[in-house]
Amino acid sequence: MSIEFESPKPIVQAQYVLKTVAEEMMRSKSRYFDEHEHEIPWDYIEFMHTAMKAMGGGSLAPKESASPEGRGDKGEGGNGKHPPIGYQLLATQIETLAWGDVGMYLVTPGGGLGAAAVQAAASSEQKAKFLARFGGEKPTFAAMCMTEAGAGSDTASIRTRAVLDEKTKEWVINGEKIFVTAGDKSITEYEKLGKGFIVVWASIDPSAGRAGMRAFVVEAGTPGVKVTKLEHKMGIRVSDTAAISLVDVRVPFDHILGSPTVEKTTTGFKGAMATFDATRPLVAASGLGVARAALEFLKEKLKENGIGIRYGLPRQKLTNIEREVIDMEIMLKSAWLMVMKAVWMADNKKPNALESSMSKVKAGDVTTKITQKAVEILGPLGYSREFLAEKWMRDAKITDIYEGTGQINRLVVARQILGYSGSELR
Amino acid sequence: MYSFEPNEEQQMLMEAVGKYAIADLRPVAHEAEESRELPQKVVAKGWELGVLQASIPEAYGGFGEHSAVTGVLAAEELAFGDLAGAFAIMTPALFATPILLAGSEEQKKEYLPKIIEGQWRPYTAALIEYAFDFDPNDLRTIARKVGDGYVLNGEKAYVPFAKDAEAMIVYANLDGKTQGFIVLKNAEGLTINSEREMLMGLNALPLYRVKLDNVKVSASNRLGGASGHDFERILASMRLASAATALGVARAAFEYSRDYAKEREAFGVKIAQKQAVAFMLAEMCTEIEASRLLAWEAAWKLDQNKEDACTEAYLASTGAADMVMMVTDRAVQILGGHGYIREHPVEMWMRNGRGFAMLTGLAIV
Ligand SMILES: Cc1cc2nc3c(=O)[nH]c(=O)nc-3n(C[C@H](O)[C@H](O)[C@H](O)COP(=O)(O)OP(=O)(O)OC[C@H]3O[C@@H](n4cnc5c(N)ncnc54)[C@H](O)[C@@H]3O)c2cc1C
Repeated sequence: MSIEFESPKPIVQAQYVLKTVAEEMMRSKSRYFDEHEHEIPWDYIEFMHTAMKAMGGGSLAPKESASPEGRGDKGEGGNGKHPPIGYQLLATQIETLAWGDVGMYLVTPGGGLGAAAVQAAASSEQKAKFLARFGGEKPTFAAMCMTEAGAGSDTASIRTRAVLDEKTKEWVINGEKIFVTAGDKSITEYEKLGKGFIVVWASIDPSAGRAGMRAFVVEAGTPGVKVTKLEHKMGIRVSDTAAISLVDVRVPFDHILGSPTVEKTTTGFKGAMATFDATRPLVAASGLGVARAALEFLKEKLKENGIGIRYGLPRQKLTNIEREVIDMEIMLKSAWLMVMKAVWMADNKKPNALESSMSKVKAGDVTTKITQKAVEILGPLGYSREFLAEKWMRDAKITDIYEGTGQINRLVVARQILGYSGSELR
Repeated sequence: MYSFEPNEEQQMLMEAVGKYAIADLRPVAHEAEESRELPQKVVAKGWELGVLQASIPEAYGGFGEHSAVTGVLAAEELAFGDLAGAFAIMTPALFATPILLAGSEEQKKEYLPKIIEGQWRPYTAALIEYAFDFDPNDLRTIARKVGDGYVLNGEKAYVPFAKDAEAMIVYANLDGKTQGFIVLKNAEGLTINSEREMLMGLNALPLYRVKLDNVKVSASNRLGGASGHDFERILASMRLASAATALGVARAAFEYSRDYAKEREAFGVKIAQKQAVAFMLAEMCTEIEASRLLAWEAAWKLDQNKEDACTEAYLASTGAADMVMMVTDRAVQILGGHGYIREHPVEMWMRNGRGFAMLTGLAIV
């Protein structure tokens, strides 16, 4: 037990290495892919796949073996003298990549939110079966499908159904999902990609409400599943956001994550929500990467114009620009520490529902505010597509929307601090 | 490594201080504010918790090591009870901690044991000046080198317990740099206003205006001795104390309004069940945590002598001043009209909360 803020070696190394990637493979292509929506950044995908494989993975996932002393120190991933840092490392990697380009970060091969769902809710056999592929020959994607046209924040009202065919012991899934990040790369069979999957949330018993909700793994190439639309978006345009229809899609019995029977409890649903405890700080981290990019760019431009920030002066002596920049730094630093605390808790297996949602609330606010302010302060330069500030502002907004909107995360925080259930505060 | 858990000693200290804050400080806070007087008994008991004593090494009569992190943790707990009380208990540190951090060996030996042995006694410091753009790095109080010693001229404001102080550190501008000078009780040319400062908040804390009219200070009483000292480090510790006590006030307001919101009914439900109220609480809690982590990191950096520690302490205190205003304002809002009535503590916390924007220098960790 202690209070410490020293970045461990693997985190410093990751930041160093990924910064180069972010600059050379991402930043330099940011504008191009923003203006060529739906083109696929193959160079980045292939580069990242090779790089991650070389590092012993094939995806950005919390490495259980990661320890403050570096990779490969057997047994130090939590049970030795060093506590585990897998999620801390991951959050740092994500922040750095998002600093490069958050849209492109979302196109990093590996499991993404799909694998995170498997990681959080699957048995160890299922994990072995579904997750091994990411270390394969070709870059491979997975995605998570919860949202439907009529069910966004209110996840419990999804209409997608899964029915067990008693004869074949297969699940038959029907429904329409929308807004699936990397949905296209996960189920459309591109030659350059390995076989991916999507994790589809469906009800096995609509009368049971939340208790009847389960996640199913649907492999690419399964008959009946297809991408019906790719959205055109305000930002993160290089990341595909797919609508997916499922018509009589049959998956093997063991593709259900969690129990196949419906109890009166809401354990199944809580499993889904537990995934969010792990992923919300990571999404927060991705937003903060964008915010840092915008703030650094702003400070650089100010400096070019002879404006430095005079830290230490009382508010009354600062210019408005200095005050804004200082406020932005306070927001950014403290938000990042909230992310680090939430993932540190995840690494140390401490329940972090409150901290996780607080970090997302804060990051949603901070990311949108910083990028919007940066464009404002930069004036005509900020608004111009000659620079990336305006793109970062567009990219940033999604942070406050997906993985639980700012309002939904406020609800989670409020319920936690008030000790209320979902029905007491809705 | 990253870690967010106070160590065992720190936890014990926080628990002891927290208990005192709730059982002793909080119950007298209202009356103290109204009567403009803190019960000496309560201050004495707070002093006996030994927060300052534990930050001073044995060689100088204490029983521990200085740690800004520990100081921040303890200060939050104290201010959670009451801000005026917290400042009163911490006042001797305004004198002792700069000497510990920046004093000469002789100064440490001479003053530290005297201050920390036995009962709470008023040793203090004078930093703030009465100007809208008061800047600790650009003081109007001037120190001039004259012969072997120094001569101080100027006026200081908001000096805690100045009237009874055995000695105070007066910060003055020496050739453009802020330097501390030890001024003893009854020094010639030192006038302490007989009237206390009348402020929006903090009324239980006796604060005074202090005039310096050609006050002579010997070379050995310049903080740090002949070569002086680095003021940035001291200022950073003051800023952290400000941030930490702001956290305590904010947490008090947050918890009080949260509990109230779970009791109070309107339109057939508890007001906490209304999102407009619940979201305010969620944001208060989030902003407090954000400020706390920044203060912790800054304190840790200060303890580790990291290059950007002082800048981060500045950011932490600046952010905390905004945070505590927002949180205390909302606490009053959540109580509605009742929040405006002095029987509830939230209006006092809001008045105290505004002070953080200008009151760096009333405490140090
Ligand atoms: C680019 C992009 C990528 C996405 N990726 C994925 C993905 O990979 N997988 C996936 O499953 N989904 C994904 N989503 C969906 C995303 O998670 C939802 O859009 C989000 O949860 C909000 O749902 P909604 O759009 O239906 O808005 P609604 O739920 O209709 O919300 C509208 C507004 O009402 C507010 N609101 C709703 N309920 C409450 C309440 N109880 N209290 C107060 N306010 C409330 C919301 O905060 C919001 O402001 C993605 C969305 C986008 C835009």
